[in-house]
Amino acid sequence: MATLVANPPPTAPEEPVNYLNVEHTWKSWLFTTDHKRIAVLYILSITFMFFFGGAAAVAFRINLLTPQGIFAAETYNRLFSMHGIIMVFFFLVPSIPATLANFLIPIMVGAKDLAFPRVNLLSWYLYIIGAILAMYSVLRGGVDTGWTFYPPYSSTFSNSYVLSAAFGVFVAGFSSILTGLNFIVTVHKMRAPGMTWSRLPLFVWSNYATGLIQVLGTPVLAITLLLLAFERIAHIGIFDPAIGGDPILFQHLFWFYSHPAVYIMILPGMGVISEIIACFSRKRVFGYNFVAFSSMAIAVLSFVVWGHHMFVTGESVYATLAFSFLSFMVAVPSAIKVFNWTATMYKGSVSFDTPMLYAFGFIGLFTIGGLTGLYLAALGTDVATHGTYFIVAHFHYVMVGGMVMAFLGGMHYWWPKITGRMYSEAWSKFAALIVFIGFNLTFFPQFILGYLGMPRRYHAYPPEFQTLNVLSTAGASILGIGYIIPMIYLIYSLKYGAKAGPNPWGASGLEWQIPSPPTTFNFDVTPTVVEEAYNYGPVEEVIG
Amino acid sequence: MDASTLGMWTFLITEVLFFGGMFAAYAVYRNMYPQAFASTSVYMNVILGGTNTAVLICSSLTMALSVRAAQLSNRRHLMLFLVLTMIFGATFLVIKGFEYHDKWVEHLVPGFNFRYDEFPKYAHNAQILFFLYFCMTGMHALHMIVGLGLLSYLLVQAGRRMYSANYFAPVEMIGLYWHFVDVVWIFLFPLLYLIGHRR
Repeated sequence: MATLVANPPPTAPEEPVNYLNVEHTWKSWLFTTDHKRIAVLYILSITFMFFFGGAAAVAFRINLLTPQGIFAAETYNRLFSMHGIIMVFFFLVPSIPATLANFLIPIMVGAKDLAFPRVNLLSWYLYIIGAILAMYSVLRGGVDTGWTFYPPYSSTFSNSYVLSAAFGVFVAGFSSILTGLNFIVTVHKMRAPGMTWSRLPLFVWSNYATGLIQVLGTPVLAITLLLLAFERIAHIGIFDPAIGGDPILFQHLFWFYSHPAVYIMILPGMGVISEIIACFSRKRVFGYNFVAFSSMAIAVLSFVVWGHHMFVTGESVYATLAFSFLSFMVAVPSAIKVFNWTATMYKGSVSFDTPMLYAFGFIGLFTIGGLTGLYLAALGTDVATHGTYFIVAHFHYVMVGGMVMAFLGGMHYWWPKITGRMYSEAWSKFAALIVFIGFNLTFFPQFILGYLGMPRRYHAYPPEFQTLNVLSTAGASILGIGYIIPMIYLIYSLKYGAKAGPNPWGASGLEWQIPSPPTTFNFDVTPTVVEEAYNYGPVEEVIG
Repeated sequence: MDASTLGMWTFLITEVLFFGGMFAAYAVYRNMYPQAFASTSVYMNVILGGTNTAVLICSSLTMALSVRAAQLSNRRHLMLFLVLTMIFGATFLVIKGFEYHDKWVEHLVPGFNFRYDEFPKYAHNAQILFFLYFCMTGMHALHMIVGLGLLSYLLVQAGRRMYSANYFAPVEMIGLYWHFVDVVWIFLFPLLYLIGHRR
């Protein structure tokens, strides 16, 4: 029997169905196979880990305000170790691939999802399991071996929770491998009709190259950590010099992954910068082929330079010569990118929206970081600054001044697409400025400190270094504020931000042709691609 | 090439790199301690190892035949060859078990009761080499156990008539995995058992 309803009550204007509101149950989130939802799950997870690793940094930078410090040496060692482990393995390695690339690659190639959606979900589960294992280690007091886990300290002498941290990294490594595998197969097999390799956005090229490194390098880290675990559990001696084992073998195996890992950490950021610069110069990326192939060249060369982390461990002259030369070579493709980005901006119509501000920051800071990398690739200068704050400053310039800036820039650029909302441009510009100032104040003094000889990983230092350390800590507090402000206005925008249309930036690219936020299967009809990438019209001169 | 095939090959490449780390460690230590290595070869049971090699090669044959059966929608043969592959796989593990037991009895398990009374001056270095033996063959055996699990999944699914000429990708992919595990053994056997072995 039908119920009689005279006039159904007026409903609120219907919000179009998109991947966020299609279902609200927790099961629909935790068991999703939608790459966009998985990307959101990753965004939440890695943001949490970022602030955790950042908190460790706040703690040890406070310690470094005075020459004698306030923490015991062992506590200090645990703080910087956890900072490194969390930031490298649980923030930087997954960051852009697992979040932005997960979200965007299927859309950018014109597909409904990645090649293996359930593997994508498994990748997130593995990340969470790895993070829980690492956090267990933190809760029990952390590790004090440094993120590099060198034996014989890590295997024999350390009293800290090495095993659970190492297993956490081991599990997270498989998360990384599966993400890379998914991207490789997706880019090969799931491109829409007309989407040839040379029409792919450069963001896709970068993440494809990243996937290659993830797939080839991470397994070596896995077996290395496993061998270390056996050594620690059973003392079988593989890295124990007392019975003929070789700790340097661990270093070779460890750096065979960990050097390519730094390219896993930077290549996706470079992809983001290509997208942002093209959009906010309203011009196609100059030298598309060079930029695309430079990503591949970086992926290949990254595997043959690991020895530059071991110049002072007794490498032969011939080995150091080879690694030094190859390290110079690997800088070339990165430089090619920087030149092509600047050429893109030349005679473009440049606007200074927040993503572009982050891109500018990236270009400047990554260049400084990269140039100091060349300084370190040269044997003579490396020997003088190895183990000092110069190295710390170098890699923070590329990782934080480079990658984190790119991550923030990408989050701001694609925020309207991911959430369907615009954030406050005034606050975002302000935060970008704070981040830039804070970053430089934190890390530039560290170049000087390293050059003057202050060793890294030391809880105390000679009094003459105090001024520079205080500057660095002051910078760190400003940088921290710079990272917290976006949390506030971005979360605020979720509820109160202006609704974004499909293409708020007027950018080119398949992701800007679909609604913001997209529907679950991205495209109603599989697109046919007829244009080259970055199909911005000719820049018109404005007279008057 | 299907996406699933490319995906499985990419995964197998990661496995090559994974085992590669152990192979690299093995190469380094064998190079550093050639006499200690030579002294360990007398403890490697070539008969059992050789039998295992034959067993695995047969299992690869039956696996390939099972893929063929799936392609031809021949459910009976598919299930038969899957069962045969699993029997060969289990046989491999049983023989391995006997080998490990022998090592245990001879006090050659590092970290537990390792004693090297016949060549005491090589004891330390031999310990490392035996660890690598257990690590490499043990990791391989672990992959075989996983493979047996995957094969039993295939068997159950084949029983439910899930595979035919129209759809047999899982059989093919797991077949690739099984062949890979076999190939790893083909490398392990000569390196660990045959080189330097005196009859």
